[in-house]
Amino acid sequence: MHDLAQQIVSGLATGSIFASMALALVLIYRAMGIINFAQGELAMFTTYIAWQLTQTGMPMLLAFALAVLIAFVGGVALERIVVRPVERAPQLTVVIVTLGLFTVFNGLAGWFWGYVVKSFPTPFPTTPLNIAGVAFSAQDVGVIVVSLITLGLISLFFQKTKIGLAMRAAALYPEQSRVLGIHVGWMLALGWGLSCVVGAISGIMVAPALFLDPNMMQSVVVYAFAAAVFGGIESPIGAVVGGLVLGVVLNLLGTYVEAIGNELRLAAALAIIVVVLMVKPSGLFGRTTVQRV
Amino acid sequence: MRSNARWVPVAVAVAVIALLPALVPSFVVFDLIFVAAYAIAVLGLIILTGMNGQISLGHGAFMALGGYVAAVLAHNAGWPYWIGVPLAAVACGVFGLLIGLIALRLAGVYLALATFSLAVATPSFLKHYKSITGGFGGMSLDAVKAPAWFPLDGQHWLYYVAWAVAGICFLLSAVLVRGTFGRALRALRDNPVAAVSFGINPYYYKTLAFGWSAALAGVAGAFLAIATAFVSPDTFSFALSITLLIGAVLGGILTFWGALIGALIIEFLPLVAQQVNAAAPSVVYGVTLILMMLFVPDGVAGGLQRAVRRFVPAQRTKPALEPFTPSAAPIAADQPSRE
Repeated sequence: MHDLAQQIVSGLATGSIFASMALALVLIYRAMGIINFAQGELAMFTTYIAWQLTQTGMPMLLAFALAVLIAFVGGVALERIVVRPVERAPQLTVVIVTLGLFTVFNGLAGWFWGYVVKSFPTPFPTTPLNIAGVAFSAQDVGVIVVSLITLGLISLFFQKTKIGLAMRAAALYPEQSRVLGIHVGWMLALGWGLSCVVGAISGIMVAPALFLDPNMMQSVVVYAFAAAVFGGIESPIGAVVGGLVLGVVLNLLGTYVEAIGNELRLAAALAIIVVVLMVKPSGLFGRTTVQRV
Repeated sequence: MRSNARWVPVAVAVAVIALLPALVPSFVVFDLIFVAAYAIAVLGLIILTGMNGQISLGHGAFMALGGYVAAVLAHNAGWPYWIGVPLAAVACGVFGLLIGLIALRLAGVYLALATFSLAVATPSFLKHYKSITGGFGGMSLDAVKAPAWFPLDGQHWLYYVAWAVAGICFLLSAVLVRGTFGRALRALRDNPVAAVSFGINPYYYKTLAFGWSAALAGVAGAFLAIATAFVSPDTFSFALSITLLIGAVLGGILTFWGALIGALIIEFLPLVAQQVNAAAPSVVYGVTLILMMLFVPDGVAGGLQRAVRRFVPAQRTKPALEPFTPSAAPIAADQPSRE
């Protein structure tokens, strides 16, 4: 029983990382109908920036906060400079541009920091946490708490602030919003900034476990795709629920089902993506839309 | 005379390919074998993504299947390498038809997402089934030897075999794309509703395009394995899938010439850029990719064709390798418009 509880908590911890990355994807998808294939690489890059800042002797939390701030500014800048010109271009063009970003940031990370795996400091205590007689990893619990706080803040921001409302309006009704004086372009850029912030936080949270490496987020992004698709790619709640469920299920499958093990977990995520897209493309929480032909 | 003009570049290309080994050092001949393999794979991507509008970010996965079919047959069963190539094509063709059936239900960006995930997951498949694939360490093959009557060494032999096969792939694809099949593909890409109401069966043509494209990638994968004489999961990492797409886009995703130009770019650009830094090729690729999308969305081949057309008056006959009008081109069609 203890073992199962530990596995579930550790699944929730990876799940909350998937959930954050999935939310980052959903934020951009809802706003612009774009899947940002570079999302994971952007998160990886800002995690490297955080690492670099801690190397200068800066206090860890300050370094992380600064990296997240850089992620926000970087996200806004990328939208304004690179994505905006192709915003109305065909899907293939947009996909290729985000893949271009993917390649650039993957290469830049390799260029600046090399391909040797680096360890990343954890802000959480290394001693296990004892809850109701079961020892949980403090890292796992910390990741869950931080992710939930992040997701909660994002949700509050969209529900309770004026600018959050404006961003939702700009995403759903760009023309009408423009008439009402909302600067739609900047709202979309803000969406990219926020999404990069969420990505950066999940990168910093996952790095102590995965170790820093320019390719570290590639599989995380596939899991995040699976989570987003499973929950419905238009639904932020769906992304979070999908991420948590996926984290727990994959962890239990990997631990208790011999045939899947660690290597086929990616394949399981791929299977989820394909099956959900074929059977119920709108996912758990999405709206069903009708398409001609 | 005019209608023959379109064969001039083809004849020039064939002559250059035939004579090149005599003019360049032998390590370049080795590189050019890879160019042949990449050209075949990029050709597949051009037919699928450029002409039919189905975005595949997972062609590295098909190359992996083709490469491993050839490698397993040679390494485990001891069969000669040339049997591996057609069998790789068949295996990948069947797998491609299957993926094509799935792809029918995944429109646009969802297909990109699923094939992206397929490409990322491929190495973990290869590592998992160790007993067949040799696992993490991969497996090595014997170097190809030239038959007794051939005057040059094995590497030159493989060069001519690879380019002959590439020639066959280009020819078959050209025949396929010029007829009903090609028109159906383009119609389905540009206006699915109209195409279907004209009686074009989308399921049939789109699945077939996927199968053909995957078979080409399989041939390419087999040659990659044979030329390297080694396969491992890292040979077919996600980077390969991206590289193929980069080749198609930079070369020009709307014409077959794009495959040739793209293959040259993805083979030789990294060799040059690597001298700066191991990571430099990625950065250069990424930046060029974005700049091309912003300014020359139809690639080098498309840009060249437009340049040529500016100086040569419009032809009455339909050019062979430029199967549709620029206005119908999916990427060039609506230029980004700023508000």
